[in-house]
Amino acid sequence: MATPVKVYGPPMSTAVSRVLACLLEKDVQFQLIPINMAKGEHKKPEFLKIQPFGQVPAFQDESISLFESRSICRYICEKHADKGNKGLYGGTNPLAKASIDQWIEAEGQSFNPPSSVLVFQLAFAPRMKLNQDPKAIKLNEDKLAKVLEVYERRLGESRFLAGDEFSLADLSHLPNAQYLVTVADRAEIFASKKNVGRWWDEISTRDSWKKVLEMQNTASN
Amino acid sequence: MVLKLYGLPMSTCTTRVMICLHEKDLEFELVPVDLFAQENKKPPFLAKNPFGKVPVLEDGDLTLFESRAITAYLAEKYKDSGSSNLIRHENLNESAAVKVWSEVESHEYDPVISQIVYQHLVAPMVGKSTDQTVIDANLEKLGKVLDVYDSRLSNTKYLAGDFFSLADLHHLPYTFYFMKTPWASLVYDRPHVKAWWDDISSRPAFQRVAVGMVFGGGGGGGGGGDGDGGGGGDGDDDQKK
Repeated sequence: MATPVKVYGPPMSTAVSRVLACLLEKDVQFQLIPINMAKGEHKKPEFLKIQPFGQVPAFQDESISLFESRSICRYICEKHADKGNKGLYGGTNPLAKASIDQWIEAEGQSFNPPSSVLVFQLAFAPRMKLNQDPKAIKLNEDKLAKVLEVYERRLGESRFLAGDEFSLADLSHLPNAQYLVTVADRAEIFASKKNVGRWWDEISTRDSWKKVLEMQNTASN
Repeated sequence: MVLKLYGLPMSTCTTRVMICLHEKDLEFELVPVDLFAQENKKPPFLAKNPFGKVPVLEDGDLTLFESRAITAYLAEKYKDSGSSNLIRHENLNESAAVKVWSEVESHEYDPVISQIVYQHLVAPMVGKSTDQTVIDANLEKLGKVLDVYDSRLSNTKYLAGDFFSLADLHHLPYTFYFMKTPWASLVYDRPHVKAWWDDISSRPAFQRVAVGMVFGGGGGGGGGGDGDGGGGGDGDDDQKK
């Protein structure tokens, strides 16, 4: 029996939750090792050895150490191609994989930057008792709205972003979108668009994501 | 069937793909997109990339956008072509390291360096004023990123290991432009980063592409022509990625 992989970081971290969702979709056993960021554990030398940028998550699988959530997800899918959701990263179809990579990149380059700023400004800053920046909020709301116009058209052509199956590309969006919908109380960003709303409802109610949310709730209690 | 690449020879994201094509010894047709006339924001280009950015690759019936998805596709499809194995597919640990450092380029390096290149080189060309505070903030961030790189490259010859890979290749376009700014010393002052840069920028595939990486009159191209001048992402949220 394989040793469970190790994921380092708090489950409420968007990037950590991206990896957790992938592990759950792929039915890969894991151990979640908490990192106390309030105490600066992620900046200490022992942690910097496995994540030199001092960010979460970090990941270990037997002898290998990885970081960057999207690379961890791809690694999990390639190593465990036959487990769990086999089509999550395109299965054996290189064209499906290319489309998934394209939309993972779109998430990372176009969706993530504005939505990350909004998640920080609207969800985390208040909790951390930091002042919000109204200009940054407005700027990034506008950027995100433009991105979601593209998504609205795309999701009128296919059920999910990369095609008609749920994939890593959709999964990559779950963490930031979830915070915008629940903590930041901005559900209308997605719900106001017919296809995006349909897509959000479908991807956010997957069993794997529900489990991640349970883990986040448990950790914060 | 010839590969078609839509973009411009001075665009950072287009050249990222061109370098990969040359590393794999692949023939392709570069189809110019008139960014200055906003061709990228109009149909029929939007049918190829709904985000209205270059480059786009056409390979038979397949149309792909996002330069790093295109390079991953080419490196995999043509893994036995050309002289370089850019993705190390035969070794799970090596291919994982390539993925890690490709993401580092995407999320730690590119958002920072692209802002510097945009403000210093592109903004003046498109009639905008340079915002020195943006440059200064990103120079500080870049210094910290390059400290991590210098440490990494003291252990391995290239970013993912002792082999050149897509992870290194993705850095070439923006770094080339950055080295033309007044702040090239950020690279030169870090011995391992300097050695790495000297090595990867002397590769023949890159040299062929660098010839076209000049700004003429008429603006458009350059760092910003691929859409925005980089990803933003300017919160210092450690959880961000």
